[in-house]
Amino acid sequence: MLSKRVIPCLDVRDGKLTKGIKFKGNVDIGDPVETARLYYEAGADELVFYDITASSEGRGIMLDVVDRVAREIFIPFSVGGGISTVEDMRAVLLAGAEKISVNSAAVKNPDIISQGAAAFGSQCVVVGMDVKQVPVSELIPSGYEIVIHGGRKAMGLDALEWAKTVEALGAGEICCNSIDADGAKTGYELKLTRMIAEAVTIPVIASGGAGNPDHMADAVSLGKASAALIASIVHYGEYSIKQCKDHMTARGIKVRTIW
Amino acid sequence: MLAILDYKAGNQTSVRRALDHLGIPCRITADPAVIADASGIIFPGVGAAGQAMRELTTTGLDALLTEQVAAAKPLLGICVGCQILLDYSAENDTPALGIVPGQCALFNAALTDEDDSPIRIPHMGWNQVRLDKKCELFEGIDPASEFYFVHSYYPVPSPEYVIGVTHYGLDFCSVHGRQGLWAVQFHPEKSGRPGLALLRNFAAYCREV
Repeated sequence: MLSKRVIPCLDVRDGKLTKGIKFKGNVDIGDPVETARLYYEAGADELVFYDITASSEGRGIMLDVVDRVAREIFIPFSVGGGISTVEDMRAVLLAGAEKISVNSAAVKNPDIISQGAAAFGSQCVVVGMDVKQVPVSELIPSGYEIVIHGGRKAMGLDALEWAKTVEALGAGEICCNSIDADGAKTGYELKLTRMIAEAVTIPVIASGGAGNPDHMADAVSLGKASAALIASIVHYGEYSIKQCKDHMTARGIKVRTIW
Repeated sequence: MLAILDYKAGNQTSVRRALDHLGIPCRITADPAVIADASGIIFPGVGAAGQAMRELTTTGLDALLTEQVAAAKPLLGICVGCQILLDYSAENDTPALGIVPGQCALFNAALTDEDDSPIRIPHMGWNQVRLDKKCELFEGIDPASEFYFVHSYYPVPSPEYVIGVTHYGLDFCSVHGRQGLWAVQFHPEKSGRPGLALLRNFAAYCREV
């Protein structure tokens, strides 16, 4: 039986770890390679690196981080942020990541999804989507809209339609991030998560809002997600990954317990 | 020295990193002389069966693999490498190597999981392996360990070659082969300590550790 995955997300800027709260006021909290190793040892099922560096110089630093992580940890990890071409994808995969994640680049140019899937296989291509709740309208019938630039720019694109589109284009997985819930620690946006998970047949990762292990259990049970993305609750030592998993096990959820 | 067969499979460098970490000598190579000289072969694989077979046939590595297995060289197939050891893969309607009798089928999207929801395809994540037979690869590994899978097609070898089984909508064969010729559907190079232990066991069988 397939286990539900627990995935710490590490935001990286200029080769250093950060954690954004509502995408503002990021502070450096450490070395990404060392942190990745600690999470690997602590039972993370997978890791996500999100590169919030804007410069091309920073991109080179990130590839170096990916290469060093790949030599130290032997679980899958994905890299997102600033990937907009097949060549960007190739560089990150060659450096040692299993998957690449595209977000705003896919909204602007959906072909990048099919190009990536054709070049490297669907299993390599994760589509990240940032989603904001809006009033139901003709344009946004689900009441959830795709936003980019950390939530600052609405795209006039319905999240439910977009999820189906990216699946059809060959995405292997969707990471569904609620901008409203992100950083609030009041729980994942379960209605959104479940809506997306039920609309597609590829795995969906719930993202944004984890404040405690109970929220994670909710995401993979009520929200029907295959995995729960977490950040501050483990980055600041409030909970260990083992505590998160023990709680999920107690809630009757199958998780990986031997590592 | 273990030879990691170089046919541009996506995970060949991941396999090398894992072996480097374990201190097991290895080379990514397509050189017949180096492969003939190796104590064992790791046959990696990510991506589509059709592309993988095209690469193998145009380079002549298909014949080399068959020869090496016939000469009793230990071999470990991983993921797509596990699938195309069989006669045929439904992925891209691909005639495959035919080293192990059987074929490779697509997960049926109508299958359901424990919550009665349709299974998601690909089968992506951590799952257990139930051994039907004793297998040197799993020596010293806790039977409750999980391994990392990511695939949409699964092997269906002749029953006598089934070694281990995993449940995802149905029981499918996740480890097949016979002594010295093994294939695993999961990625040992990405399966944490249990996966590293499996690679070490393979290297030990090849007398590298």
